[in-house]
Amino acid sequence: MVESRTRSAASPDLPHPSGDPRFALIDRTLKRFRFQQDALIEVLHTAQEAFGFLEEDLLIYVARQLKLPLSWVYGVATFYHFFSLQPQGEHNCIVCMGTACYVKRAAEIVAALQTAYGIEAGQTTPDGMLSITAARCLGSCGLAPVLIVDGQVLARETPETAIAAVQLAIEASAAAGNGRSSQLDDSYDEEGDL
Amino acid sequence: MAVITMTINDELVSGVEGQSLLTLIREQGIELPTLCHLEGLEARGGCRLCLVEVQSTHRLLPACTTTAQEGMAIQTHSERLVRYRRMILELLFAERNHVCAVCVMNGRCELQDEAAKIGMDHVRYDYLVPELPLDASHDKFIIDHNRCILCTRCVSVCDSVEGAHTWDVMGRGVNSRVITDLNQPWGVSRSCTSCGKCVQVCPTGALANKGSTVAEMVKRHDFLQWILDGREKKQWVMQNGGSEGRR
Amino acid sequence: MKRSDLQAMARRELERQQAVRCRLLCCASTPCLSSGAATVQQALEQAVTDNKLDAEVAVVSTGCMGPCSRGPMVTVQVAGQEDIYYENVTPESAQRIVVEHVMANQPVAEKIMPSDLPFFAKQHKIVLANSGLIDPERLEDYVARDGYSALAHALREMTPEEVCAEISKSGLRGRGGAGYPTGLKWDLVRKAPGEKKYVIANGDEGDPGAYMDRTLMESDPHRLLEGMAIAGYAVGADQGFLYVRGEYPIAAKRLEKAIRTAERRGLLGSRVLESSFSFRIDIRIGAGAFVCGEETALMASIMGRRGQPTPRPPYPAQSGLWECPTLINNVETFGNIVPIIAHGADWFASVGTAKSKGSKIFALAGKVDTTGLIEVPMGITLREVIYDIGGGVGEGHTFKAAQTGGPSGGCIPAEHLDTPMDYESLRALGAIMGSGGLIVMDNASCMPDVAKFFMEFCTDESCGKCVPCRVGTVQMHRILERITNGSATAADLQILEELCTMVQETSLCGLGQSAPNPVLSTLRFYREEYEAHIQRRECPAGVCKMTEAPTLALMEALPRRIRELGTIPMSLA
Repeated sequence: MVESRTRSAASPDLPHPSGDPRFALIDRTLKRFRFQQDALIEVLHTAQEAFGFLEEDLLIYVARQLKLPLSWVYGVATFYHFFSLQPQGEHNCIVCMGTACYVKRAAEIVAALQTAYGIEAGQTTPDGMLSITAARCLGSCGLAPVLIVDGQVLARETPETAIAAVQLAIEASAAAGNGRSSQLDDSYDEEGDL
Repeated sequence: MAVITMTINDELVSGVEGQSLLTLIREQGIELPTLCHLEGLEARGGCRLCLVEVQSTHRLLPACTTTAQEGMAIQTHSERLVRYRRMILELLFAERNHVCAVCVMNGRCELQDEAAKIGMDHVRYDYLVPELPLDASHDKFIIDHNRCILCTRCVSVCDSVEGAHTWDVMGRGVNSRVITDLNQPWGVSRSCTSCGKCVQVCPTGALANKGSTVAEMVKRHDFLQWILDGREKKQWVMQNGGSEGRR
Repeated sequence: MKRSDLQAMARRELERQQAVRCRLLCCASTPCLSSGAATVQQALEQAVTDNKLDAEVAVVSTGCMGPCSRGPMVTVQVAGQEDIYYENVTPESAQRIVVEHVMANQPVAEKIMPSDLPFFAKQHKIVLANSGLIDPERLEDYVARDGYSALAHALREMTPEEVCAEISKSGLRGRGGAGYPTGLKWDLVRKAPGEKKYVIANGDEGDPGAYMDRTLMESDPHRLLEGMAIAGYAVGADQGFLYVRGEYPIAAKRLEKAIRTAERRGLLGSRVLESSFSFRIDIRIGAGAFVCGEETALMASIMGRRGQPTPRPPYPAQSGLWECPTLINNVETFGNIVPIIAHGADWFASVGTAKSKGSKIFALAGKVDTTGLIEVPMGITLREVIYDIGGGVGEGHTFKAAQTGGPSGGCIPAEHLDTPMDYESLRALGAIMGSGGLIVMDNASCMPDVAKFFMEFCTDESCGKCVPCRVGTVQMHRILERITNGSATAADLQILEELCTMVQETSLCGLGQSAPNPVLSTLRFYREEYEAHIQRRECPAGVCKMTEAPTLALMEALPRRIRELGTIPMSLA
């Protein structure tokens, strides 16, 4: 038990053994903050940007570098909605659910997308093609209701135009032939042992 | 140390400067419930059961985190406070699956005790009935999230007394859960020293010895003062003649 | 850099600006960029080059001009003429603006947004004075409009005590929501014992529907930095943190650049303006948690922890970041500092009402004709804001409610349209000033459904530390769900009201304490709507689908609970 603590005290300058260049990005942030524990959120931001989501291995690496307990890092990573511990879909559709969008019936857009793709907001389709997210407020209230499909802001949407825009994005990449096969296992491994 | 005077429930009392309101109130023999705070652990102000009315402010203040001050006038059991305490207990019972009849702590549970003391015999709110796991992967202990009230005493004792910081909380709001390491089964946790302090401080049946059955589990808190006095004063004093039982 | 260098820089920049005949200002803040402002700017630049006007016409990307729903916005400034605003500019009309307006002096009439509209006339720009007029990425633009001269003035001619006194005298109150007197807060931090002190600017604008902080950060970053530096000087801090909401990447980028430029020029960092005062500013990016707008939670987040609040006292002014005295103000509050120091407390206090001084920025959105960002004097009536500035709710629609303060605020009905917008009047109505979100609703909105929307927000954003907020909000949401699906009973309404008061009085932080406000204020003004849902299973606005029926309490509920739990709920042995 004591062993794990001494192990995590390994030299912080040691590069990640996998040699994955993306770890260099994390290392740069670590150095910029001089390995201070307070920089955890900044480091997680960098890690998520580099890898797309925070997998277990990544959290362990960050914990070791900052000399923080694992549960601490996991607690912080799951507290903030920005961080995702699951891989995201190839395409993403963010529906703004801020008050102005709500008043202009954004809920109907979310409902239509959910029916069309069979997933709830916050989920990814089983084939890994699409993630739907409901955002708090994108701060573009003058354009309500607002949608972001693969980084592109779409203003004054309706359920029909929203589905059309998402379909367009998916079809464009399918036509380009880089559709990805299923990578996600949606097994519930948190169910405990009894 | 300077002596301060103040009134509690219209009685004049004296205490020591720097003392928490909770300590002072309990010194007067007044019972004030706390489900998150435990003497020896850092005060947190989360369960809101120890809220008291302080005359100088319209806000209710938690006795555990508030320092007693000269001239304060407080009420500990006004009609409003008792009503709120009962509502908070009802909310806790509704939050997860507290089935006392089949609980290892039945009869010794702090949550159950407080409900009984305040006369809470039914819950007016929706039972949320969350689906929560029970983790029995550890050799000696189990954690049943159905009975956890998120007081985080386990997190606190593991961090500040044992120094392992195996426990923490994941997620937020009603979806929060206590976790070991990277939300892994407790049994595979490499930081856990299996000291069992978390089990002893847990107010409900969420943390228990493996193998205990209904109403069998006995917990003791006196080890906390034993360790803390030993660490800070090099004095080891057995409380209550070393007998078993909580507090 | 010294004060004289600053003045020289301002002179050079003004000369540079006057050297061109015409400036084309193109809004580059988030809403206009979303509507295609980047291509509009390219089209403007292309047209200028194509027509060989580079020497006499400058294309400048600026911050927000206000009427966001009419974006992309372009302002044409010709020397000796009044500025002309163009709305809904497309690349084609951009081309026409250059050819017809700039070259032939024939403004493109159909795209002009008249500048005598009440939208502009009724505003009073103090904080947003530079917004839409300067290039936020150029220090020189800011300096040319007297930027950093307030800091120079404070450092050389005022003691920290005098700065605090000036802010107190101005009557400025916190713009983040609660309205605590800013000068008083500064003085507390100044007097707090401690070697190390911190200044924090709270830019974690979580209220859905409010975006003034983002706009200020995007449109005039140096004003914010200068305000923070003055605060640092006044309270004796040498380190500042700017906490920027994670959803605001453009704001973070511009601030980062502004900090680097200011440090390089000696306006921040060690020995500011060659004085003995040093002040560093670091940016921290939020990660998506509304509760981090609460000051103690925000500080936990800056320290890399879970954003959970801690009970106050101790207040941050005594024990904040790393237990040091910490001054924490909202971004908009800091935006007011420079004008107060530059023009004096009396000038500032001449705007507004007796108890609420200065101006307030509102993000006007929802069912009004012109939505966008407006800065108005405190005390203006809601009617003026909605009908004059916003242009009303549109033909065939009826105003129903104005929601202020987001999930912590309340709804104001038509009979209170003449309420002056100041801290006390809004609070008396059960609403709050909040950060300044102002959402207008018409008859198509159902008030219990609105309350449910905000309660769902609070359930999701509750940090989980204290029981009343963590579980109480869930229970309130459940009841609102029943009300809006037709299965609520009269008893539910009573339980809901009890819960509201309890959660308000017992929650640990502002999030929980204010979470019931949307329910309480809609119950106060639109109780009959709740009753229609419960007694007649009818939604007057036609929003709610009454798909469920009420269940009789005991006869139905007991067997259901036994089924759900597999046993009797609980027994107190």
